[in-house]
Amino acid sequence: MDKEKKYEFNKTEEYPKMVVSFGSTLTNKTASWRTFKPVINEDKCIGCGICWKFCPEPAITPTNPPKIIYDYCKGCGICIVECPVNAIDKVDEKR
Amino acid sequence: MKKVVINGDFAASYGALSAEVKFIAAYPITPQTLVVEKLSELVSDGELKASFVKVESEHSAMAACMGAEAAGVRSFTATSSQGLLLMSEVLHWSARARLPIVMSNVNRAVGPGWSIWADDTDSISQRDTGWMQVYVENNQEVYDAILMGYKISEDPGILLPTMVNLDAFFLSHTSEIVEMIDTEDVRKFLPPYDPKYKLDVNDPHAFGALTSPEYYYEFTVKIHKAMIKAKRKIQEVGKEFGDKFGRYYDMTEAYKTEDADIILVTHGTIAGTAKETVDRLRAEGKKVGNLKIRYLRPFPDEQVYEHLKNAKKIVVVDRSISYGKEGAFYSETKASLFDYNLFVPTYGMIAGLGGRDVSIQTIREIVKTAEDNEPNKIFFIGEKK
Amino acid sequence: MIEIRLHGRGGQGAVKAAEILAKAAFYDGKIVQSFPFFGVERRGAPVQAFTRISDDPIRVHSYIYEPDVLIVLDPTLVGAEGIDIIEGIKDNGKIVINSTKDPSDFEFHNKNGVQVYTVDATAIALKFHLGSASAPIVNTAIVGAIAKVTGLVSIDAVKKAIIDTIPRYKEENAAAAEDTFNNVK
Repeated sequence: MDKEKKYEFNKTEEYPKMVVSFGSTLTNKTASWRTFKPVINEDKCIGCGICWKFCPEPAITPTNPPKIIYDYCKGCGICIVECPVNAIDKVDEKR
Repeated sequence: MKKVVINGDFAASYGALSAEVKFIAAYPITPQTLVVEKLSELVSDGELKASFVKVESEHSAMAACMGAEAAGVRSFTATSSQGLLLMSEVLHWSARARLPIVMSNVNRAVGPGWSIWADDTDSISQRDTGWMQVYVENNQEVYDAILMGYKISEDPGILLPTMVNLDAFFLSHTSEIVEMIDTEDVRKFLPPYDPKYKLDVNDPHAFGALTSPEYYYEFTVKIHKAMIKAKRKIQEVGKEFGDKFGRYYDMTEAYKTEDADIILVTHGTIAGTAKETVDRLRAEGKKVGNLKIRYLRPFPDEQVYEHLKNAKKIVVVDRSISYGKEGAFYSETKASLFDYNLFVPTYGMIAGLGGRDVSIQTIREIVKTAEDNEPNKIFFIGEKK
Repeated sequence: MIEIRLHGRGGQGAVKAAEILAKAAFYDGKIVQSFPFFGVERRGAPVQAFTRISDDPIRVHSYIYEPDVLIVLDPTLVGAEGIDIIEGIKDNGKIVINSTKDPSDFEFHNKNGVQVYTVDATAIALKFHLGSASAPIVNTAIVGAIAKVTGLVSIDAVKKAIIDTIPRYKEENAAAAEDTFNNVK
């Protein structure tokens, strides 16, 4: 399946029978919700994994240092609040 | 009298305030949430002297209201969509227990696809619960219908609950001018609720016991008869309300139907847009009228016939569909005409499902579809074809 | 009946602006209706709100497709991808844009009689400390400009509506509206 293909339904016959997403979340990215993004300052990061545990998406990898998967991060900011060493900055998303 | 600019959800809350309800149990659901928020605010501020019980589901909300109402306490709740459906069991119960609760239901589509937008499927699917169902056109009518609802429901000859249905967002989140009635004047219109049988330790009764085939049938007939009786009561109360407060209501509202060739049959907010469109079409020389149906239960058969009997084409608009048949308002309207041996070309128009906008342009398309097509079937207006 | 469509971004207060406008017209004795575009809004995303003002009862309950007046709370919405701000604007319609630019900088100015007016509502909101420096709330400021440009509502009614609607910094918001009323181009 073409991962980048946009699905548009212009008439009833083109719709699937049920409300179903195509190609799983690999193609249905959720980052458009974001108005600012968290950016990890790797110099400050102690690799505790708390951001990974709290990320509801989950859009943070369980690695040291963790990586944020910006295709899915909705910018909720929970990681910024939970980070015990304030290693995650809130950066305004470019419009 | 005090005029305020408020949304439909607040109008429902203020309706409950003016009716001086003594008990509220409700569970929030979009787009009804503002009703619950406003009521809890009114109670906590002491403006409304009532108990507000937070519950864990809509089923519990209605169950709690039934308890309060059985104790002779005027109760109110509000819900929408999935919440109304979760209530379904106790909707039947509350009606059969003859508890005159009033509830506002914000008409919202049911999932899946998950939808928070306007659609009548929720309340239409609860048509046969024994609740009276009124569909309102604007925020003033939300407020008024709740006050009249208690008066009609609590009538000793009726004792059936009332569901006041308002369209999601097109009313619930739309701000309009609402004239509120002074409490003193409401009291003269709506006396305190004092049922003959109620939960009372000094005069104990058991309610809702096992009822054998020897008795059940007659209880059901009595509910049907009460519902039929309610037709007259709705008209009387609507007139009394008009005499006292200047706004008259009936089971239906005819607009320019007398000489109309094509009559639209609409309900809810679509009725308002239809009336506006009628004026525009008449300016273009087309004899179109609109019959707004306020009550789905009891259904105003007599008035529907009276207003539609001279039409050449009858066009019924539904914001829901009974899968495999047609829209409920279309079915009901046709059945009324059949009862009077009236056979006129009819059209069932399905429009606005899941919150799709029904604009003046949509109503124009509905009229055009009726002009251009053979009758006696349904058409999907606004569908992507 | 005058139909007004407001474009903003979530958090700027477009929905409240529509409500303030409706209330102000109501205080001036008009029949009114206001509502948001019904979606799942979030901060920063484009949002719409609508107001109808009339001398007669308003019966229509649908979105506004052919506005007489257009209000743009965020200048970045003009020409933004996927949004046609001026869609459906009536001939001789009026457009009020929160912008530091001149009306003539907008290509649709003076086309089909459409008049553009601009006001730096962001600067005025910042001046009165409305919202934060990074996310100023411009709704009350823009309503002052609407009062001036359209004459649909009086500035006194706008100030009363703001004081009745806005929960905090009522006076500052009312002053911002008065400021734009005097400064719209």
